[in-house]
Amino acid sequence: MDSTFVIEKGVFIVVIFALTMLMAMYSTWAERKVAAFLQDRVGPNRAGWGGLLQPLADGGKLFAKEEFFPNTPNRFLFVVGPAIAMSTALMTSAVIPWGDKLHLFGRDILLQATDVNIAVLYVFGVVSLGVYGIMIGGWASNNKFSLMGAIRAASQMVSYEVAMGLSIIALTMMTGTLSLKEISIQQSEWHWNVLYQPLTFLIFLICSFAELNRTPFDLAECESELIGGYHTEYSSMKMGFYLFAEYANMFISSTIMAVLFFGGYNYPGMSWAVENLGVNIANVIGMAALFIKICGFIFFIMWIRWTIPRFRYDQLMHLGWRILIPLAIVNIMITGVVILRSEIAVYLGF
Amino acid sequence: MSTVLILFCVLSAITLLTAFLTIFSRNPIHSAIYLVICFFSIAGHYLLLNAQFLAIVHIIVYSGAIMILLLFTIMLMNLNEADEVHKPRFTRLGAIVSFCLVCLVLIKIFINSKPIVEYDYTGEDYQSIKVLGKALLNEYMVPFEFASILLLVAMIGTVLLSKKEKLEK
Repeated sequence: MDSTFVIEKGVFIVVIFALTMLMAMYSTWAERKVAAFLQDRVGPNRAGWGGLLQPLADGGKLFAKEEFFPNTPNRFLFVVGPAIAMSTALMTSAVIPWGDKLHLFGRDILLQATDVNIAVLYVFGVVSLGVYGIMIGGWASNNKFSLMGAIRAASQMVSYEVAMGLSIIALTMMTGTLSLKEISIQQSEWHWNVLYQPLTFLIFLICSFAELNRTPFDLAECESELIGGYHTEYSSMKMGFYLFAEYANMFISSTIMAVLFFGGYNYPGMSWAVENLGVNIANVIGMAALFIKICGFIFFIMWIRWTIPRFRYDQLMHLGWRILIPLAIVNIMITGVVILRSEIAVYLGF
Repeated sequence: MSTVLILFCVLSAITLLTAFLTIFSRNPIHSAIYLVICFFSIAGHYLLLNAQFLAIVHIIVYSGAIMILLLFTIMLMNLNEADEVHKPRFTRLGAIVSFCLVCLVLIKIFINSKPIVEYDYTGEDYQSIKVLGKALLNEYMVPFEFASILLLVAMIGTVLLSKKEKLEK
């Protein structure tokens, strides 16, 4: 392993980390602006032009707040909770292909931190760990409302993970690979998976809303029933970490939806651009295309939040177990029949 | 010492320490959390052996699903030492006997095992999902199907058990 490889990957990982943090930071601003737009208000407009410095002001305020500890015997776990939430939110970006490759300093630089052949499973593994941050934090708060909020959030996430995993099986049956890079390459030139698997995309979208604990599935922080949910006892930057992790998760799940279903970094005419404009320019446009798709998804998630009211808890569980899971299984069967249609035709004697 | 050996030692130390802490900690939630860390370090061992699929599936199944459900139950039941059920002598005897039997099996395995001198890189692909899938559905087709039937039966059993309680109400 040569040192340039280590430096290259190190720089790339730091850039992706900074980018995720920046996107999460400005998602908070965008959320307030979108909410204001949808409710015919102005939104934050005092700090900087159009309120652009608002996230910095919020961050500064959170850091300056008093660090309050509830009367709990588990101070260590109380601190570990938000740390786990934040780190699992940041871990997923390791396997995402942000572009094909750049040709710089006489070498090809792959725009992906690591290309493992089980990237989709890795994403699921990290997503399933996100529950720990919430459960440990909610339990260590030593407050029954926090515990109830944490248990609600965790049971919701565990239930929807099942449907999410089943929906992805249909997609991997079609792509034949679990590597996100190969899935991106297969989708070049309008072969976007959403056009072949719209039902899979719909199930995945609904499940990712539930995994993010956002409206219409934000029962974890149902104010009228549970005060503030699992982070009721948190203050200062520990609280900030939980909220920040939610926005980082939003960015990452938008990215995964864009990569799995909406062609990733591919855009119409990419092969033409590679031939005529060079690899570098074509891939910079590709990264920009991916970011436009991501921002579109983030806007969509916010739009849903300010449009649809919250589900009741039994409705949420009914939707997850009785509707989405059978739908996902039917989807797998349809996909299987379509993939094996020629063999089935031969078997039936057509 | 090579990097692999250092990693192996660190991981083994974490695995053993957290496994002991799982048994010895007083608070059931702390035990569960130590067990999660133990599962993670075992996944690290799989990664050291270059079994990526096994490592990730281990994390998804054990840390991501089973332990979360276990934490759930412990948190909801609110176990205390005071309301611990007194176990009859017969079950204690059974526990000791089964522990001794497991020890016998383990001792036999340790006597038969050969030490790994060093990790070799042969270049052959043993672990990717393509190889595993072909092995599972060709050579080990029958045990694979039996395992799936076993899981199905267990699932139906769980559903039946929870249904019964509802009927009694």
